Amino acid sequence: MEYLKKYPKLFQWLFLLIVFFALCFAIDVPETYKFIRGQAEFVKDPNQSVYFFLGKEVRYYAFDVFWRLPPLLGWLPIWINDSLFFLMNEWMPMEFWNEDTQEFKTRPILLQISRNLTAFMTFLIELIREILLGGLETIVAFTSWDFIDAYPWLELPGLPWTIVAAGAAILSYKLSGKGLALFAGLTMIYISIFGQWKPSMQTLSFILVAAPLSFIFGLGLGIAAYKSKRVEKALYPILLVMQTMPQYAVLVPALVLFGVGDHAAVIITMVVAVPPMILLTILGLRAIPPEVIEAGKMSGCTNWQLMLKVLIPTARRDILIGVNQVIMVCFSMAVISAFIGAKGLGFNLLLALNQLNIGLALEAGLCISLIAILLDKMSLAWANKQTDYFGNLTFFQRNKNVIFFAASFVIGIILAYVGTFIFKGSFNYLFEIPHNKGISTADFWNKGVDWIFDTFFVYIKAFNTWLIQDVLQPMRALYLRMPAVATLVLAVGAGYLIGGIRSALVVAALTLFIALSPWWDRALVTLYMATFGVVISCLIGFTVGTLCFQNKKSAAFMLGVCDIFQTFPSFVYLIPVMMLFGITDTSVLIAVIVYATIPATRYTIEGLRSVPVGLHEAATMSGVNKFQRLTKIEFPLAFPHMMLGLNQTIVFALFMVIIGAFIGTEDLGQYILKALSDKNGAGIGLTLGICVAFIGLIFDNLIRTWVGKRKKHLGID
Amino acid sequence: MSETVIKCESVYKIFGENAKKMLEESNGNVDAKSFQEKGCIVGVNNASFEVAKGEMLVVMGLSGSGKSTLLRCISRLTDATGGKIFIEGQDLLELNNKELIELRRNKMGMVFQSFALLPHKTVVENIAFPLQIKGTNTEESISRAMEMVKLVGLDGRENYFPRELSGGQQQRVGIARSLAVEPDIWFLDEPFSALDPLIRREMQDEFLRLQEKLQKTIMFITHDFDEALKLADRIAIMKDGIIEQLDTPANIVLNPATEYVRKFTEEVPREKVLIIEDVMDASSKNDLGDLKVSKDEIIENVAEKILTQEKLVGVVDSNNNIVGSIKPSKIIDTVFGGRKNGS
Repeated sequence: MEYLKKYPKLFQWLFLLIVFFALCFAIDVPETYKFIRGQAEFVKDPNQSVYFFLGKEVRYYAFDVFWRLPPLLGWLPIWINDSLFFLMNEWMPMEFWNEDTQEFKTRPILLQISRNLTAFMTFLIELIREILLGGLETIVAFTSWDFIDAYPWLELPGLPWTIVAAGAAILSYKLSGKGLALFAGLTMIYISIFGQWKPSMQTLSFILVAAPLSFIFGLGLGIAAYKSKRVEKALYPILLVMQTMPQYAVLVPALVLFGVGDHAAVIITMVVAVPPMILLTILGLRAIPPEVIEAGKMSGCTNWQLMLKVLIPTARRDILIGVNQVIMVCFSMAVISAFIGAKGLGFNLLLALNQLNIGLALEAGLCISLIAILLDKMSLAWANKQTDYFGNLTFFQRNKNVIFFAASFVIGIILAYVGTFIFKGSFNYLFEIPHNKGISTADFWNKGVDWIFDTFFVYIKAFNTWLIQDVLQPMRALYLRMPAVATLVLAVGAGYLIGGIRSALVVAALTLFIALSPWWDRALVTLYMATFGVVISCLIGFTVGTLCFQNKKSAAFMLGVCDIFQTFPSFVYLIPVMMLFGITDTSVLIAVIVYATIPATRYTIEGLRSVPVGLHEAATMSGVNKFQRLTKIEFPLAFPHMMLGLNQTIVFALFMVIIGAFIGTEDLGQYILKALSDKNGAGIGLTLGICVAFIGLIFDNLIRTWVGKRKKHLGID
Repeated sequence: MSETVIKCESVYKIFGENAKKMLEESNGNVDAKSFQEKGCIVGVNNASFEVAKGEMLVVMGLSGSGKSTLLRCISRLTDATGGKIFIEGQDLLELNNKELIELRRNKMGMVFQSFALLPHKTVVENIAFPLQIKGTNTEESISRAMEMVKLVGLDGRENYFPRELSGGQQQRVGIARSLAVEPDIWFLDEPFSALDPLIRREMQDEFLRLQEKLQKTIMFITHDFDEALKLADRIAIMKDGIIEQLDTPANIVLNPATEYVRKFTEEVPREKVLIIEDVMDASSKNDLGDLKVSKDEIIENVAEKILTQEKLVGVVDSNNNIVGSIKPSKIIDTVFGGRKNGS
């Protein structure tokens, strides 16, 4: 009784667990359920009880309901499909003028909007692409094909790679300095001589459209939400779901709305990249001290000036994190949207992975990562740039960057022209090195992979077998053995204990949605993979983070490493693991672990860092040793922040698990991938995506509520 | 009497829903307690006063007394719930957004307790900011800002970022920024409260020096009574949104209007605050001794001289005309009398 009073929460949790396990043991697997499809899910025997009610066939589930809830939401995907189809093809037909046929044509308004939007996006992408690579679509857009036929020389020639490389280096120099300039130059040269120029520039043109648009929309909507409570309330649920929605899942609806190609990829990238930008914009603007706003007003700012010159720059730190996120998502999507026909490195990467040509995949992946890091650093440097008012600069000094660029432009063109004489009859390497005609190390890597396989095959295989047979399969069986009712009780109980009735209701609603969808078992498999990944990631992340925290330099170094790793597109993580472990669940899980360890490590370090110095000193003066200080002072205080890290870890792990479907896992991701090639896949893909998002949101809600309470309790903001 | 720059007539600021309606129903008789029961918080309660050109009005009160709210009403950072505010005869509450911005750009400057510098701009950029907002070109605004940098003694640090400066230096930037547009009216919201005592005193002296030179119309907010005495032409003491007393420092010290004000004055060293004129007897000008003192002397400076006299001491004005007299015992009275228990 004493204990019960002292630790009432602990006993409540124990009670919840006892109920959960009791339910698990009490509810047996119904006989009518059988394992099918590689033991991935249970399916109800068709010979279930059926009776007729008012002449309608009703299926009778009775007791089985405790085991698995009936898929009452099975209509949802179909309904989404039908509504999408209706909206696109039948809703609000209107007369639109058609340029080509010179007549009015009746079209549903949404279809027309979608077509105009895609045309606009295509124009933007083509414009940048043709500046970099050459072509005539842009000129055609302003004139006509007849015009081109009349003047066949009219074609954007595309910049020689030397000029682009010099341009990137000079811009980097202007923004940041020698270091970044060197990095930019080397990256461009690497891309070029490894024969990745064309796909890289295609990807770059895609990013240069998607990233700024996402930034502008995200910032704009963020500001709107900051200014108006109503807008925020409307946006918030969408933002929450989008934060945890796997990027795969939005592909299919985009396919239906915008068709196949780069333009659809840009729009879908925006859909994914805008939400974090909005959230961070709101966060940053909210954190501005009120006096700074008042100072702006008293300086006589108009509303616009206040926003542009005071609020946004002051919230710069968070907005920059948003930019970083946008760039990260854009590069991730550059790969993923290859599924819906975006050209560029992503497409090559997927192709190479499909052919198991690890070497090629590695080169493409490295290119994407390098460009991602470069753009990230450049955007950061741009935001931190300073103006010098007092330097008495000569004309040359002030304009040296422009002059250098002009010079390199001329030199590049001359070089390219000279190249036509040197490389007569073959490719002009000084203009553009064609795909696969550059140096390639693919063979080397492939041989390396073969060598690893030949040499270590026994060990890898043994490890693989052990992991799958002794760890993963039993774990999966355990997860699948959970009756739906028991899982519900556990989730709702946890919600109630952490956040009271409100949390319990939210969690119940989210869980019920998944339980009532036709994919409960798949969700359990997803959950099992995510759990496995998250547990190991957290162990690694917390350990590494704590160790690195002991020394200021190593902590800073580790955060830098996290930054760089985070910039890699998620797909890139699949390359090295496939090299080592081939196409197995082990590969996916290792990719999950590597990917999800990033936030775990980062938040551990940040959490420990945020412990006030005064407390350190107080602890030292109380005579604690290093270990005691860690366990008694630092961990308890850093724990809330570390839990936010756990939250991120879960989201990252879920993303990677879903992407892992590409390798061939049997979770929700597999169905999402399948939905891509399904004519009616939009509804299925979206519903599956929502299911995954809800899994993430359940944990998100629980963790955030807990952290909020804990922080209040500890009195830290 | 010189012209009135700021004029407040029964200004109210009440936070909460239906504040306006409740104020109308109360007929100007606002009771903070009954308002609070209905979910409204009274920030400023029936404030009426005038500030003359070149005058420094210090509003003094403890935290939550509504002094900052009053200042924000007058700078219209918040809209007053009731009453009228005139800035140089213009009805502030009637101004539209454009006119308000014009007014702030040309007439008003404000300094904040937490400095409120823009973190992404250097010292000189921060100071040039109000000018650039106005549309002054870069070259001119920067050179003007550099003058201000020199005025507040920050030369050599113009390219520092606020995060690289100490608190005192940051507030110098804040002061320079608020003066960059050469405003007529200067609002200071606890400008020195976040600084440590030594720096605070140094900044106060600096501030007096500046004011000597610039002669702005000033509203200065502080919670420090000593600071108020040191700087003010007149002091307004606020409590729970109400102005308890508005008078010159000497009158407040000598004749506290309420119990609340008296508590503040108890610990004040009067000899440092009062001048001879405050305590002299203007009626008796006869039978004077040899010693003459100026009526503007602070008591502390002449106390010793007066106390050695036995006869009445003559008080003279700047033209050496006798305007009154003072008994040596009056000095002792002033310094030690009027305090409870002689503590």
